[in-house]
Amino acid sequence: MSEPVVQVTNLRKRFGPHEVLRGINLRVAQGEVVVIMGPSGSGKSTLLRCMTFLEVPDEGTICIDGRTVTAGPLTKERMAKVREIRRHTGFVFQSFNLFPHMTALENVMEGPVTVLRVPKPEARRRAEELLGKVGLTEHMHKHPSRLSGGQQQRVAIARALAMSPSVILFDEPTSALDPELVGEVLQVMRALAREGMTMVVVTHEMGFAREVADRVIMMDAGAIVEEGPAADIFTNPKEERTRRFLSRMGRHGLP
Amino acid sequence: MELALQSLPALLQASLVTVGLAAASMAAGLVIGLLSALIRIARIPVLSHLMRAYVSIIRGTPLLVQIYLVYYGPPQFGWHLEPVPSAIVALSLNVGAYLSESFRGAIESVSKGQMEAAYTLGMTYWTAMRRIIVPQSLRTALPTVGNTYIGLLKDTSLVSVITVTELLRQSNVIIARTWKPLTIYMTAAVLYWFMSTMFSFVQERVERRVSRHV
Repeated sequence: MSEPVVQVTNLRKRFGPHEVLRGINLRVAQGEVVVIMGPSGSGKSTLLRCMTFLEVPDEGTICIDGRTVTAGPLTKERMAKVREIRRHTGFVFQSFNLFPHMTALENVMEGPVTVLRVPKPEARRRAEELLGKVGLTEHMHKHPSRLSGGQQQRVAIARALAMSPSVILFDEPTSALDPELVGEVLQVMRALAREGMTMVVVTHEMGFAREVADRVIMMDAGAIVEEGPAADIFTNPKEERTRRFLSRMGRHGLP
Repeated sequence: MELALQSLPALLQASLVTVGLAAASMAAGLVIGLLSALIRIARIPVLSHLMRAYVSIIRGTPLLVQIYLVYYGPPQFGWHLEPVPSAIVALSLNVGAYLSESFRGAIESVSKGQMEAAYTLGMTYWTAMRRIIVPQSLRTALPTVGNTYIGLLKDTSLVSVITVTELLRQSNVIIARTWKPLTIYMTAAVLYWFMSTMFSFVQERVERRVSRHV
């Protein structure tokens, strides 16, 4: 087996007395789509955020695409490594977090131009192409305030793609959307998965997990309870906690 | 009425000095205010404490005292500054402290997710500030900044005490000659009002343009 794109080893994080992550180990192979599920407060979002140091982990090692950072105080050297990892890791937020003072196109160009120092004409060409890919060609000169939630999230995905990441982390990408807008975002994500993008997705969308995930991970109370192919987890969960969670979620993935 | 018209050319010319003082002090104050806000928010050691002290001292003392200190203080050490530069220094330092507070508030009001989004693209703290956070906070701060400018425009009248011939001092000079304080002060008041209102008008239009997307 080739080197995994993502390798998280013994990741621990506590907020005060509360242990949010209790030694998580996670490997994601090239082109793999991993869906993480679990009740709220199970630590799944914190896991994603720790992987890019949006939260600083207390213990453990994160290796993305051959770049390794160990947990510890944010010294200059460590911050440089963290930035290196962030440059190669896309992150899609629940609340989109587009830059409101820039158009969709400028949002997508921002990373390449400011961080990667790609010449503007080239960055623009690529951004236009990516916005076309997520179906927003006719909206690319609009500011986020004039786009729907689904459109904003698709811009955010294009913005992540513009950095040519080795992996994209999705933190509940459809949870803030009106139900009728969820589909367009999932469709973009499905297309990305088909193209072989490595993805780690925290979501409650069971349908998406069943259809797209190569592997489903169940988390509870800061630990991985169970993992396996989507079909196995959904039809034949081994753990009681998984069963309970799935029955609470219902068949359609609504909490 | 005739006297008002007669003295108008001199008063208008003095109004230009007033506007010039306000504009120069505002320009310097914006730089001081933004830098000191950034220093405080980034918690740069030593400097951030200095900036806090600066803001506290300026906001806690009368502008008139600050003007006297800047103009009459240094000569005690044999160091003399001309009236106009003294006026600009005092006014800039004063307005800078108030703007520092406005900018700090505006920067802190930008949602946490904006910094996180910038970080996930691989930006450093200062790049994120420059490209993402500060541009948004300037838009938020705009109304307060505009009001500060109007306040400053009127506060320039205080530097008449250090012999800067701006609108108020020019009025006093004319009154000393003509003994018609009501007419001249009224004319001066109308000119101050006119300048403030003109600026408010511009400010409103700029705000409407800029705040569309925030």
